[in-house]
Amino acid sequence: MYSCAVSTVHVLLGLLASRPRHGYELKREHDTRFPAAKPLPYGQVYATLGRLERDGLVLVDGTEQDSGPERTRYAITERGAHALGRWLAQVEEPAPYLGGTMQTKIVLALLTRRSAEPYLRAQREAHLTRMRELTARKSDPGAPMADVLAADYAILHLDADLRWMETTMNRLNDLRAEVGA
Amino acid sequence: MSAQDQPLIEARTIEKAFRATQALRGVSVAIGPGEVVAITGPSGSGKSTLLHCLAGILRPDSGEVRYAGRRIDTLDETERTLLRREHFGILFQFGGLVPELAAAENVALPLLLARHGREESMTAARSWLERLGVAECAGLRPGEMSAGQLQRVAVARALVTRPRVLFADEPTGALDTVSGEEVLALLLYAAREQGSTLVLVTHDNQIAAYADGEIFLRDGRAASEEGARSGVRP
Repeated sequence: MYSCAVSTVHVLLGLLASRPRHGYELKREHDTRFPAAKPLPYGQVYATLGRLERDGLVLVDGTEQDSGPERTRYAITERGAHALGRWLAQVEEPAPYLGGTMQTKIVLALLTRRSAEPYLRAQREAHLTRMRELTARKSDPGAPMADVLAADYAILHLDADLRWMETTMNRLNDLRAEVGA
Repeated sequence: MSAQDQPLIEARTIEKAFRATQALRGVSVAIGPGEVVAITGPSGSGKSTLLHCLAGILRPDSGEVRYAGRRIDTLDETERTLLRREHFGILFQFGGLVPELAAAENVALPLLLARHGREESMTAARSWLERLGVAECAGLRPGEMSAGQLQRVAVARALVTRPRVLFADEPTGALDTVSGEEVLALLLYAAREQGSTLVLVTHDNQIAAYADGEIFLRDGRAASEEGARSGVRP
C-alpha cells in the first residue's frame, strides 16, 4: 500500500502508537526525535493525517483547546498498528545511503516497545546476500576491471552499512533508555 | 543446505564456558558436504570457540557435535587427533608454520605424520606450492617469507591431505585487502575443486561475502532458529 522508504505516513503512525496526539505535537515530536531529518512542515502533517484518517489507519480521538485554537487529537487504529508493524519488519533493498531509513525504523520500533534486533538481523542478511552477488560478479575471471571497481565501490558501501548495524546492535539498550520506551 | 541432504558437520545445542565466561549458549548448526560457510559476529561472540568445537579441537560442555553422522565430542584426545589428521585441514590466522622447516617441508608435514613416504610427500608439497603461486618459496624458512607468501604456504599445508573439511580461523586476518582476497580466492578455488567443505571464521563482511552462507553469532548465540539450523540460506 505504501512505499518502503521513510515515509511521513509511517513516522506519524509510529509516533501515534504510544498515545493519541494532535498535529502540532506530532511535528514537534518528529523534529526532536529525528534531528537529522528535515523538519516536518505543518501542511504535510495535516495532509498526511487526513489521508491516514480517510484510509482508516487513524481516527479522530477528540479535540483539545488551551489558550490557542482548537486542536484535533488523533489515535492510531488497529489497522494502522498493523500497517506500522509490517513496515517496521520489512527489510530495505540494499542500496547506498539507507542510514536515515534504518535509523527511523529502529527508533520507532523501540518507541513502540518492539525489539529492533530481528529487523537488524534480517536487514543484515539482505545486505550480505547483495554483497555475495557483487562478490561473485567481481570474482568472475572474465570481469572487466571497470565492473570490478564498480562492484568494489558498492561492496564497500554495503560493508559500511553492515558495520553500522553491528554497532547499533550494541547500542540498542542505551537507545531504548534514551527514547524512554 | 536443503532439508533432504545429510549434514556433514552438525552441532546440536552446544554450550561451552571458559571459567566464568559463557562462550557458546546452545548453538546448533548443520553444514552440508561441499558447502562454504562463514562464521561471523563481533569480537567475543564465540566464533573461534564454535570453529574449534566443530573441528574437534575443543569439547563442548554439553550438546553434541557430529561428523558424517558420528559423534565426535565423545571421542578421546587420541581419537580426535586421528580424526583431524585424516579428515580435516586446519588453517590459522598467522599460518602456524614450523619456523625451523623450509616451506616445502612444512607443507609435507601432515603427509609425513600420516606415514606417507618422504619422497611422495615432498613431491605433493612442491606441487601444491606451485598451484598456490609460491613455488619459489619451497626452500625458504617462514622467517624469510612475506605475510602473503606465508599464508599461501599455510593454505598449501592445510590442503595437502585433501581433507573433506577445511577449517580456517581468520585466514586472511594478517593480510591487506588485495592479498587477503587473493589468498581467499585460491583457498575457495582449491576447496571447491576437490569438493572440500570450507568453514571459515571471519570478522570481515567482505570475506564472509565469498561464502555461500553465514552463521552469525552474537553473545554466543546463532542469529535465529533458521540461521542456527543451517549456515546456508536457500
